[in-house]
Amino acid sequence: MVEMLKPEAALPIGGVDKRANGRWGVMALITTEASLFGYLLFTYFYLASQTERRWPPEGLPSLMMPGINTLILLSSSVFVWACERSIQRSRLVSSLAWLGLANGFGICFVVIQLKEWGKKKYDMTSDLYGSLYFTITGFHMLHVVIGLVILMTLLVWIKLGYLDAKRYSAVSIGGLYWHFVDVVWLFVFTSLYLLPYLS
Amino acid sequence: MRLQLARPEQTLLTPEQYNQLFTMHGVTMIFLYSLPVLSGFSNYLWPLLLGSRDMAFPRLNAFSYWIFLFAGIFLYASFPLGQAPNAGWFNYVPFTGADYNTGPNIDVYALGMVLLGISTTVGAINFIVTVFKMRAPGMTIDRIPILIWGTLTASVANIIAVPSVSLAFFLLWLDRQLSTHFFDVANGGKPLLWQHLFWMFGHPWVYAVVLPAMGIVSGALPVFCRRPLVGYTAVALSTVATMLIGFGVWVHHMFATGLPTLALSFFSAASMAISIPSAVGVFAWIATIWLGRPVFHTPFLFFAGFVILFVIGGLSGVMTGAVPLDLQLNETYFIVAHLHYVLLGINVFPVIGGIYYWFPKFFGRMMNEQLGKWSFWVMFTGFNLGFFPMHLSGLLGMPRRIYTYAPNMGWNTVNMITSVGSFIFAAGILIFVCNFFISLRRGALAPVNPWDASTLEWSTPSPPPAYNFAVIPFVASRHPLWEDRLEEGNGRSVLDRGYLLSDGRETIGTTPLDAEPDSILKMPDDSYSPFFLGLFCALGFAGLLLNWWNFTVLMALACSLSLMAWLWPQKTAAEFVPEIKFDQGATHG
Repeated sequence: MVEMLKPEAALPIGGVDKRANGRWGVMALITTEASLFGYLLFTYFYLASQTERRWPPEGLPSLMMPGINTLILLSSSVFVWACERSIQRSRLVSSLAWLGLANGFGICFVVIQLKEWGKKKYDMTSDLYGSLYFTITGFHMLHVVIGLVILMTLLVWIKLGYLDAKRYSAVSIGGLYWHFVDVVWLFVFTSLYLLPYLS
Repeated sequence: MRLQLARPEQTLLTPEQYNQLFTMHGVTMIFLYSLPVLSGFSNYLWPLLLGSRDMAFPRLNAFSYWIFLFAGIFLYASFPLGQAPNAGWFNYVPFTGADYNTGPNIDVYALGMVLLGISTTVGAINFIVTVFKMRAPGMTIDRIPILIWGTLTASVANIIAVPSVSLAFFLLWLDRQLSTHFFDVANGGKPLLWQHLFWMFGHPWVYAVVLPAMGIVSGALPVFCRRPLVGYTAVALSTVATMLIGFGVWVHHMFATGLPTLALSFFSAASMAISIPSAVGVFAWIATIWLGRPVFHTPFLFFAGFVILFVIGGLSGVMTGAVPLDLQLNETYFIVAHLHYVLLGINVFPVIGGIYYWFPKFFGRMMNEQLGKWSFWVMFTGFNLGFFPMHLSGLLGMPRRIYTYAPNMGWNTVNMITSVGSFIFAAGILIFVCNFFISLRRGALAPVNPWDASTLEWSTPSPPPAYNFAVIPFVASRHPLWEDRLEEGNGRSVLDRGYLLSDGRETIGTTPLDAEPDSILKMPDDSYSPFFLGLFCALGFAGLLLNWWNFTVLMALACSLSLMAWLWPQKTAAEFVPEIKFDQGATHG
């Protein structure tokens, strides 16, 4: 029992790898944010199940651009993962490149999504579906923007030499949030774009 | 309020004033008092109970506090202007929609609640990470003090439940200010959506404000019975079970809304089922008193009083959990009686008992026993005299939230008794407050462990130093300070040797279940960034309230800058693995 006080090897100082407190904190943050999206989608399905009108009012949504946009967002997650691997192996230049690419794809997603919003013939106030569509995708957009700010900050930190192969938990933790933003989009996309085709 | 209701047809308050008063009473007690007071306890006690030097995220702690303060100011800012929230604490639409409630009252409530939700959430995250990462070495998950289980369970519930109410209030605000249609019947919106979202949060929240308080009793009552709690494992498991079932009972607040019978039956059954884990706690406390040798100090009186009030409140809860009876009792004073029994009985009595118990540790002085016993008996008498007759007025058909009533309804006597009781109760609280301040200045100096308790906080000086423990303790059982008497387990806790960690602000990080040391954590320095983040956040919400959109965007930018300043990598906090060779047998220093 007391042997615990005499460790075999030196303990790492600061939160390293999966032991970092920050990682736990962000996991908890993700849990609460995931619940938020859960309640948003509950609201959507509850109101959709009670409606007596055509749903969605404009007819089935087009899948072309949103589908491409989904792929764009997912590939940005892969780039963030690649960035994390590079920095673990001390390849700072390639980690910068991967992270830059992830940022670029994230911005692409935002631009395409804004175009999609512009094409809609309704807005938040015109009907119930409009309120739901813009609130749910708006919440997601807000999270993408926050995620992009995080990715850009990480970019600056790597560039300034704050992060390296010994100290990279910020990249893992920030990346975790970005993966969450992408996974949530899959749920939003499925609910708002794919499921109407089934009913 | 009780003066207004003491006699029929009083005109002390106008109906509008009465509406604002009872709403603010509910909002204050439920959102600004009952959970925050428990979080305050936990924030102070957790590191001490867990044998740690700090919470996992000290700055997040500061942020949680500032946001809580600003949200409180926000909710109260409109009170003096006569524009406070006025639609009851659960704020049903359509009455709270823009058509029927035109002033800023509801917008203040809606945005204030979203702001408060941020405070609750970050506080809860801090608790969860602290319990899993910051325990003293050797404090395996089955050795954590029972008190921790209550707050841990409540915190997990909070991070899952709070988004629901924040979303509900945000959607309501969108409906009111930006003309969306979530609750707008004319355009396909559903008022019942509000009730679902509110109570999906609301019922877990009820448990979030009682489970930590029950934890206080489970932790402190055994000290006054001179024996360990009976059924530690059963109590810990039933705490978690209560919460799990608590997520499946929200519809029992909505029995009278015309939902299908099948749904009502399911939720009614779940509500009944929850009395099983609750009863486990009650029997554990009774057994602890029964099998122990009780010492009748003031904290014991409060904890024993709590058990009685919990049984009464629990019984009326089972009654209202039955659909047919609930249809009769809904919206009457019976419900008011029930919720006061559970909230005051399960929250206020343990909290005051807890203050009597930990006061010596907080301030290094003992509280006065004589005054303490007086405060208990006056509070207990006043409480029962005041709130028990409410059951009767409810059965006699008195609806809640009415600002006055006619003299021939047969409610005169019960209301008079209730009003008298409520003033006696207030007098009891006053005695407690006086005792608090007198003892603060003149109380006898407290030794390290005045109650001869068993948990780690009583091994540090009273009051404890800022670093809590000079050496990180090593824990070998549930009752580190009682090991010599209990003969429990094989090993002995070591409190005077261990990790010194004297190089700046350091503490030990341990593994989640077995509490084996796994890293040395550098705690952050003091910082203004949490304060500014909280301030800009609150100002951003004020901007939303006043529809100053540009200002709100500016504040959002200020928030992100504060966050960056907060998280900017510090050289001193750099992570690395030192390359030190250990001599076998040497203790790491």
